[in-house]
Amino acid sequence: MALLDISNLTVEFQTASGMFRAVDNTDIRCDRGEILSIVGESGSGKSVSMLALMGLLPWTANISADKIEFDGRDMRSIDKNARRKIVGKDMAMIFQEPMSSLNPCFTVGFQIGEVLKFHLGLDRATRRKRTIELLEQVGIPAPESRLSVFPHQLSGGMSQRVMIAMALAADPKLLIADEPTTALDVTIQAQILELLVGLQKDKDMALILITHDMGVVAETAERVQVQYAGQKVEEQAVGNLFDKPHHPYTSALLSALPERATGRELPSIPGVVPGQFDRPPGCLFAPRCSFAQDVCNKGVVRQDEALGATLCNFPVNVGKADTVKPAEAG
Amino acid sequence: MTASPLISASNLGRFYSVSGGMFAPSGTVKALDGASFTLEEGKTLAVVGESGCGKSTLARLVSLIEEPTAGELLFEGEPASAQVPEHRKLVQIVFQNPYGSLNPRHKIGTILEEPLRLNSDLSRAECRKRADEIMERVGLRPEHYDRYPHMFSGGQRQRIAIARALMVNPRVLVLDEPVSALDLSIQAQVLNILAELQEEFNLAYLFISHDLSVVKHISDEVMVMYLGKVVEAGAAKTVFDNPKHPYTQALLSATPVADPHRKKKRIMLQGELPSPLNPPAGCAFNPRCRNAIEKCRAEAPALVFDEKTELACFNPTPL
Ligand SMILES: Nc1ncnc2c1ncn2[C@@H]1O[C@H](COP(=O)(O)OP(=O)(O)O)[C@@H](O)[C@H]1O
Ligand SMILES: Nc1ncnc2c1ncn2[C@@H]1O[C@H](COP(=O)(O)OP(=O)(O)O)[C@@H](O)[C@H]1O
Ligand code: SF4
Ligand SMILES: [Mg+2]
Ligand SMILES: [Mg+2]
Repeated sequence: MALLDISNLTVEFQTASGMFRAVDNTDIRCDRGEILSIVGESGSGKSVSMLALMGLLPWTANISADKIEFDGRDMRSIDKNARRKIVGKDMAMIFQEPMSSLNPCFTVGFQIGEVLKFHLGLDRATRRKRTIELLEQVGIPAPESRLSVFPHQLSGGMSQRVMIAMALAADPKLLIADEPTTALDVTIQAQILELLVGLQKDKDMALILITHDMGVVAETAERVQVQYAGQKVEEQAVGNLFDKPHHPYTSALLSALPERATGRELPSIPGVVPGQFDRPPGCLFAPRCSFAQDVCNKGVVRQDEALGATLCNFPVNVGKADTVKPAEAG
Repeated sequence: MTASPLISASNLGRFYSVSGGMFAPSGTVKALDGASFTLEEGKTLAVVGESGCGKSTLARLVSLIEEPTAGELLFEGEPASAQVPEHRKLVQIVFQNPYGSLNPRHKIGTILEEPLRLNSDLSRAECRKRADEIMERVGLRPEHYDRYPHMFSGGQRQRIAIARALMVNPRVLVLDEPVSALDLSIQAQVLNILAELQEEFNLAYLFISHDLSVVKHISDEVMVMYLGKVVEAGAAKTVFDNPKHPYTQALLSATPVADPHRKKKRIMLQGELPSPLNPPAGCAFNPRCRNAIEKCRAEAPALVFDEKTELACFNPTPL
């Protein structure tokens, strides 16, 4: 059984104009020692699905799932106190904007110390020693002198390192990194990704790396799941995904990369992701898909795992040995 | 005599004096320090470098939003000035954030026609006709004329910003991170429109971006900047295929490539960008540079021709 096992997760928000489905029957699985990347354009439900797992969504969210299991525990029925003992300890998360998750009023040393106190009950002297070790581990120079620094005195890269130190404080089994380098320059991004992957290997953690950057996926992930409009449209090992994407969306997305362009004109995907009011009845990608047939406007099938469990009636890059499930209407 | 280039800059600089607040030291920020380049019709000059290296400052100078504190900027051989109406029309700018640059209270039609009303004596009907033409050209529909910015997606707003820039028939577009906020599929749409427009109107682009894969795709020439200074410049293909400056090399090597089978050795840059208020002596890159020698700590290298490209480095090595 996987460390994290989510199946059929759906999250709907109550909005002034009705219900909005941000995550739609999505599965997420990740085990110790592996790096899963969740990739998709903005608004595809990547962050919301993770916040649902951590219990960090507002009351306007309706969450349903067949299964949300972490380390053998059912996270759906867990009470608030028990959840607080897991989140931040066995399961930790870092975000795109480290500044917004650090408290501007307290020093770096104090904030890491608080995590150590709450989750591990360490005494003052041990906390100080452990905090210095953690800062050192995440590559912060002269860690002792950084204990008394406030978040606004740090650069973007340094505050992301502090966030990582805080997330690692209680030795998590699962680390979720939500666009951890999106706000950083590429040379700093390279440093942070190297740090994250190194720590993941050393500690044999499960790492879920959320990103919209195909380059980052290619260079860091082992397994990749692609999200579109709240749905998981396919999942493959990273090498296979880039060689033989099975969903037309993944395939089109990869072709739209400037670095893969053959001519001046980039193959682009027409139109935009559906919103609250124009969610298609069948396959959500159908209005933009160049393979779509009439039947795609009525319903869509999930293919077998051999085809990346792709959610498509007419998957692409299909080999002779693969069996394609026939499309069925509605 | 050959015609003067559309835009030429020599030793262009912009310094800001900052009065230190409670926490910040005061001093001078050399946001842009001695940039020289020319921009020709129909060509794209890309400016790359990490945040804070002076890209947007350069963009503001070239689009006459701000005046340089040093150096010279010429439009077709004449000193550029916001007082000259032709100069104001010659260059238009498009920003990264289409949300911030469109007045939320105005309809798209009003937003598009505003530059024409300010800069020409065309009649209402003529303005409207021009707006309709340009809207069609960038892929907006006629009914969009009466809508407000908030009713559009990010990609469409960037189309609106491009359309507005084109209203006065400029010959140069300064594009400051025009696709950085857009999703991949939308980014491709906008890059395609820019390529088509350039072809059709023979536009020159000053294209600013931190995304090297986009720059590789779109540019003819490239200028790499670090802490306000140009460190390497030349034909984009030459610079990207054979980067000589250790910073260009590090930047290229840090850019992730969407190919999981490529096992590449990465030049990992140590440390971070130094404070612009207190830049290192000598070559500003020396504390992070793997090639640094004694001289680099004492003297600042000048940008000089080195075979096909321009380079500011005392100790370049091939990649
Ligand atoms: N609290 C909320 N109320 C209503 N809609 C929300 C809320 N949080 C997120 N959403 C919507 O849910 C969708 C998915 O968001 P998100 O998971 O943040 O996307 P991303 O894939 O970019 O991380 C988006 O359309 C977003 O606007
Ligand atoms: N109006 C200003 N006053 C003081 N400093 C400024 C001003 N504008 C820019 N700077 C500084 O100049 C440097 C270059 O900034 P900018 O041109 O915005 O860089 P980039 O666009 O490459 O990120 C930065 O250090 C920035 O803080
Ligand atoms: S189901 Fe149809 S519309 Fe959807 S991605 Fe596959 S081919 Fe395209
Ligand atoms: Mg997100
Ligand atoms: Mg800028």
